[in-house]
Amino acid sequence: MRLELRGITKRFGPLVANDGIDLTFEPGEIHALLGENGAGKSTLMNVLYGLYQPDAGQVVVDGAPRVFAGPGDAMSAGIGMVHQHFMLVPVFTVAENVVLGHEPTRRGGLIDLGEARRKVREISDRFGFHVDPDARVEDLPVGVQQRVEIIKALSRDAEVLILDEPTAVLTPQETDELIGIMRQLKDAGTSIVFITHKLREVRAVADRISVIRRGKVVGTADPSASEVELASLMVGRSVSLAVDKAPATPGDPTFQVRNLTVLDATAAPVVDDVSFDVHRGEILAIAGVQGNGQTELTETILGLRAPTAGTLTLDGTELGGRTVSEVLRAGVGFVPEDRSTDGLVSSFSIAENLVLDLYDTEPYARRGSMSPTTVAQNAERRVAEFDIRVTSTTDPVSTLSGGNQQKVVLAREMSRPLRLLVASQPTRGLDVGSIEFVHKRIVAERDNGTPVVIVSTELDEVLALADRIAVMYRGAVIGVVEGGGAADRDVLGLMMAGIPLEQARAQAAEHRTALATLDAEIEAEPAPADPVAATDPQDAATTHEEDQA
Amino acid sequence: MSTTQAPPEPAPAAPAPQPAGPPRRPYLQQVLDSTTATVVTAVFLALLLAAVLVVAADPASQRAAVYLFARPSDFVGAAWNAVFETYSALFRGAVFDYQAVGARRVRPITETMVASVPLMLAGLGLGIGFRSGLFNIGAQGQVLMGAAAGAWVGVALDLPIVLHPVLACVAAVLVGGLWAGIAGFLKARTGASEVIVTIMLNSVALYFVGYLLTTSVLRQPGSTRPISAPVADTAMMPQLLGPQFRLHLGFVVALLAAVAVWWLMERSTLGFRFRAVGANQDAARTAGIKVPTVYVLVMLVAGGLAGLGGAMQILGTDRTFQGSSAGSIGFDAITVALLGRSRPLGTVLAALLFGALRAGSPLMQTSAGTPIDLVLVIQAVIVLLIAAPPLVRELSLVHRLSALLGYDRKEATA
Amino acid sequence: MSTTHTPVAPAPAAPEHLSTPVQAPVRWRGPLTSVALGVFSLVAFGLATPGSYETTFTLATRGDLFQIAPVTVPSRVSAVLLSLVVLAAAAVQVQRARARRRVPVWTHVVVGAAVFLALLVWVMAGREAAMPFTLLLTNALVLAVPLVLGALAGLLCERSGIINIAIEGQLLAGAFLAVVVASTTGNPYAGLLAAPFAGALVGLGLGLFAIRYRVDQIIVGVVLNVLVIGLTNYLFSTVLTNNPQQLNSPPRLPNLPVPLLADIPVLGPVLFDHPLTVYLMYVGVAVLQIMVFRSRWGLRMRAAGEHPKAADTVGINVNRTRLRSTVLGSAVAGLGGAALVSAGLAFTKELTSGKGYIALAAMILGRWSPTGALAASLFFGLADALRRVLNNTGSPIPSELLAMLPYLATIFAVAGLVGRVRPPAAEGVPYPK
Repeated sequence: MRLELRGITKRFGPLVANDGIDLTFEPGEIHALLGENGAGKSTLMNVLYGLYQPDAGQVVVDGAPRVFAGPGDAMSAGIGMVHQHFMLVPVFTVAENVVLGHEPTRRGGLIDLGEARRKVREISDRFGFHVDPDARVEDLPVGVQQRVEIIKALSRDAEVLILDEPTAVLTPQETDELIGIMRQLKDAGTSIVFITHKLREVRAVADRISVIRRGKVVGTADPSASEVELASLMVGRSVSLAVDKAPATPGDPTFQVRNLTVLDATAAPVVDDVSFDVHRGEILAIAGVQGNGQTELTETILGLRAPTAGTLTLDGTELGGRTVSEVLRAGVGFVPEDRSTDGLVSSFSIAENLVLDLYDTEPYARRGSMSPTTVAQNAERRVAEFDIRVTSTTDPVSTLSGGNQQKVVLAREMSRPLRLLVASQPTRGLDVGSIEFVHKRIVAERDNGTPVVIVSTELDEVLALADRIAVMYRGAVIGVVEGGGAADRDVLGLMMAGIPLEQARAQAAEHRTALATLDAEIEAEPAPADPVAATDPQDAATTHEEDQA
Repeated sequence: MSTTQAPPEPAPAAPAPQPAGPPRRPYLQQVLDSTTATVVTAVFLALLLAAVLVVAADPASQRAAVYLFARPSDFVGAAWNAVFETYSALFRGAVFDYQAVGARRVRPITETMVASVPLMLAGLGLGIGFRSGLFNIGAQGQVLMGAAAGAWVGVALDLPIVLHPVLACVAAVLVGGLWAGIAGFLKARTGASEVIVTIMLNSVALYFVGYLLTTSVLRQPGSTRPISAPVADTAMMPQLLGPQFRLHLGFVVALLAAVAVWWLMERSTLGFRFRAVGANQDAARTAGIKVPTVYVLVMLVAGGLAGLGGAMQILGTDRTFQGSSAGSIGFDAITVALLGRSRPLGTVLAALLFGALRAGSPLMQTSAGTPIDLVLVIQAVIVLLIAAPPLVRELSLVHRLSALLGYDRKEATA
Repeated sequence: MSTTHTPVAPAPAAPEHLSTPVQAPVRWRGPLTSVALGVFSLVAFGLATPGSYETTFTLATRGDLFQIAPVTVPSRVSAVLLSLVVLAAAAVQVQRARARRRVPVWTHVVVGAAVFLALLVWVMAGREAAMPFTLLLTNALVLAVPLVLGALAGLLCERSGIINIAIEGQLLAGAFLAVVVASTTGNPYAGLLAAPFAGALVGLGLGLFAIRYRVDQIIVGVVLNVLVIGLTNYLFSTVLTNNPQQLNSPPRLPNLPVPLLADIPVLGPVLFDHPLTVYLMYVGVAVLQIMVFRSRWGLRMRAAGEHPKAADTVGINVNRTRLRSTVLGSAVAGLGGAALVSAGLAFTKELTSGKGYIALAAMILGRWSPTGALAASLFFGLADALRRVLNNTGSPIPSELLAMLPYLATIFAVAGLVGRVRPPAAEGVPYPK
């Protein structure tokens, strides 16, 4: 099936998310759509899948223009989609999820579950997925849930399969398996649209690459294009892929975690006997696939969870068992992993958000009464200092772009003297300009002598920022390695899958993943011409991220 | 055996894309979108609908409707009479009685103020809850419990003037607060939905005071009817305008409570905590605010205000307590808080409006023969309409006009 | 904004450093509750009763073919024996729980039934009056019918994602229309047929405001209740009061005894000698139990209530599904209103007196399943029937306490004291489209 997009335009109010996009997806081809967060990729795919109606333009299937009023139309035209956030009902079984919307039925509208199971098993066996049709989806690991999504699309005879950021939740090894599946599907004649902002994956698997920036197709590239070429196409200017930072000069280990164990509600250990030190003037990155205890670890540091056993000591003071406000007062700055959920109150003003965890301290409040003037003055100062683009500090914080919202969180957390900075996923969902800014501020905080803990599931970010890297797997720290150039992507990946350091080194030497092979090639390439530093902060600050929806 | 795995939550429903800035809208649309315009339109539409009901139930209009096409003027005349009588009686009962003489002419407006007192107090409490993210449907029970506590202090204790009503009010605040606090505590400790718990507590309160009224705790000695003895003179709220009027100090108390609630929500650190929990409890928790504590505090404050409202009903007007003392104050207060957008000033105005409907309805019933239940319909329709501003816009004439003038409705509703 | 929030379950391989496998904790709450009930029953109903007291049960009803003589038992011995049965069943539960096995349902039934019987023995111990056992059960079932139908209405709405607080209003509207139509036509079945339309109309209002205007569903529910109360009160005070003969004197819905089955002693009159509404309730529970969990319609409805976006992406029109479920559910509640007046009751102001909220409670206690709703409603119906019996005979329990029972039980349930209740995940969340 040959699928064409002709002149697709989609607006949200004044924002043009897609601006006259023309693309062609050929049968049996893996076509990568590369673009930054907020470039308009997801909007485009939602148009293609019938979730949004385009304001202009056409979707053409095998030469015939089609109008998709909803996902049902797109599916019957042979288009399937695996969403970034899985579209699976957690309390349904695999079979129920797969047949939902096109259920085989017996008399009286009852679902023919035997037929549903058969369908799941057939596709599962064909691709070696090993999925139990009667398992409840909420009990399955994420990698398996993704396969259920693929089975769901294939069971509807999808000829074009859209994969929206499919590797965000996978380990490098799982990503490798997914790449295998994609190739298998391609060989079976399915065309694949692969949406991502990760350059390496694109180069490893794509037959063709289209780059989207600011809602427009700005170019197509060959998989043989270098990463730097792709990156500058994606961002619109030359970018330095590395973070500019001096070698760390670590001081005393002022933050110490010893034998920390945290149990969840079902008494299962979510943080399991974790010990590490963070020195002054050092960035320790906690790497790992999401859901391996990192969130719980940071929540325990902040006091949102009580440790079951073990200690957390900051400058000789025990933090374990303290309340959140006590921990904050002890000098801990905390950037939560999900700023819109945990970091900001979206209906509050920018000024109020800038004192969200300081509201009851002098000079913002005295004896239970708040001082609106001081709060406003503080806001003006922070907005200037962190270059937050606002119309007025009394506007709700929800009117800001993602990058500026993250700056509000950073400005708040760094506006007081810190003894420890904990930042989870500090750049998730941000555009390149904002990422650079956030990284710079974090490194500056380190250079001030603050011990810094970064939690990131993005291996690229970990490699760029960390002075040391601790890998977490199922709640435990499986190993700690030096950061910088010494870190090996494959070794880290294997550790993220639970292989201890020494074994991981041995295995990595034996079997390179597709992505690491690329790494090796990059090193072999001649160094690119001196990349020009970011010159256009205005651009970055005004980028919107609406297509995350 | 594998360890228990955290169930993956479904991804939160993606919000609809929002335009970055406020879109520029034509002036007329801005006026239409304003809260005041919506409220005024909603009130007007509700009165219009109620007028239809009045006509439908009016025997003269029904008779005239039979020969509507032969003599339409009869029907129009009868309908106009019915509607005019109803609303003029409502006006005379609630605002100004132009048919009366002397001081009695202004008595209705003071009656409106009297009727608004419990609504105002309970509505202020509910508004705090709504803004703190707690759906307290239990004002009815809290009002009833507060009224019972106030009545008990007023009857059973022998205290001097001033101290007596103060103590009765304190008891009402405590009991009302604790009653609501049950829901806050259960939500804080177990996550139990406060909606369900407060609904259930309403009924429990009703049967509980029903039980107390069968015992010597509340029932008047020597009586078999479930009704309390009258509250002692020392415990009654002082009259403000002399014995001709029923206006009592409670009205001033309610206004002061509104000011206090404004300060609490807008200027105090406690209010900042309340609002933060209401707007985003995850962010509040991350910022060091103890969310469970806030749940309990909000319910204590809200229930205390509702309980005080209940006590005012006894100590200000009723004097005796019975199972029906709370009337429908608790449910009316929900509509008051919603109409007032949970803001103190709005709540005061909404309480005065619904107080006027309550104060005017008896005269409407005796003079125009329109049952007081019409007031409930008006109240419900107003609240439904203001909860759905787009609907008001679709129904309002001004909207039709603006559509004719070529303004795009989609712009405004987007 | 991006709310990237996809928690990831760890890979299935067991970690090597965990020496002991983590076991699911033993669920003690259920068995211990049974033990406590047994001990309480033994002490309060058994041992505290003077040994000379006797309790009489009447089993026959007036229309029975074979009259069964009243049964008289020694109060103390019977209550003690019944309490021992409770403790035996509790022992089975404890043993199963310790072995981390499923506690069989029959033990719960035995515990409930035996405690209830012990209560009945105690309540009438040493009294002249007899406990009309068959009548009690019959009344319980009849009183449960509006609750069951209301709870079914609630679960149909909530399974699709719409919270229905307006059950009270739907019952009331159904009862009103049933009375008026039955009175004007002189045919009770016409009233039964009309009532669902009144309920559906209220449901349409709920759907319109909740889905189209995305007004908070709890607010709409509460306000719709006020509106229906206001409207029916108003119409009652005007139209119905002006002409009670024609508009407010509905005929009784006749009993339709099932041939043969109705002649079984005790069970016959309790289960098979009722008006049509009771049989409709039986059918409704059975059909919905199958349809909600095993049919295409049910699967789609539940998908809309659990994860609307997922339903949307497979081509299910979420809001249409929700609207249909809401209207259908509300029609069922309207039928419940008709059941409320099926005995030929005239309409009065606020006739439902909170039954809609009890139905809501039954739905929660029944964990959003039709059979659960049936069980919870029967429990509430039994409490209500007992209260009525005791009101006539006088009793050691304040009647207000029995009246509170459904509400207290629900508070305990939502507070997680009797197991966890888990509402549909997307309940109350509008789906913007």
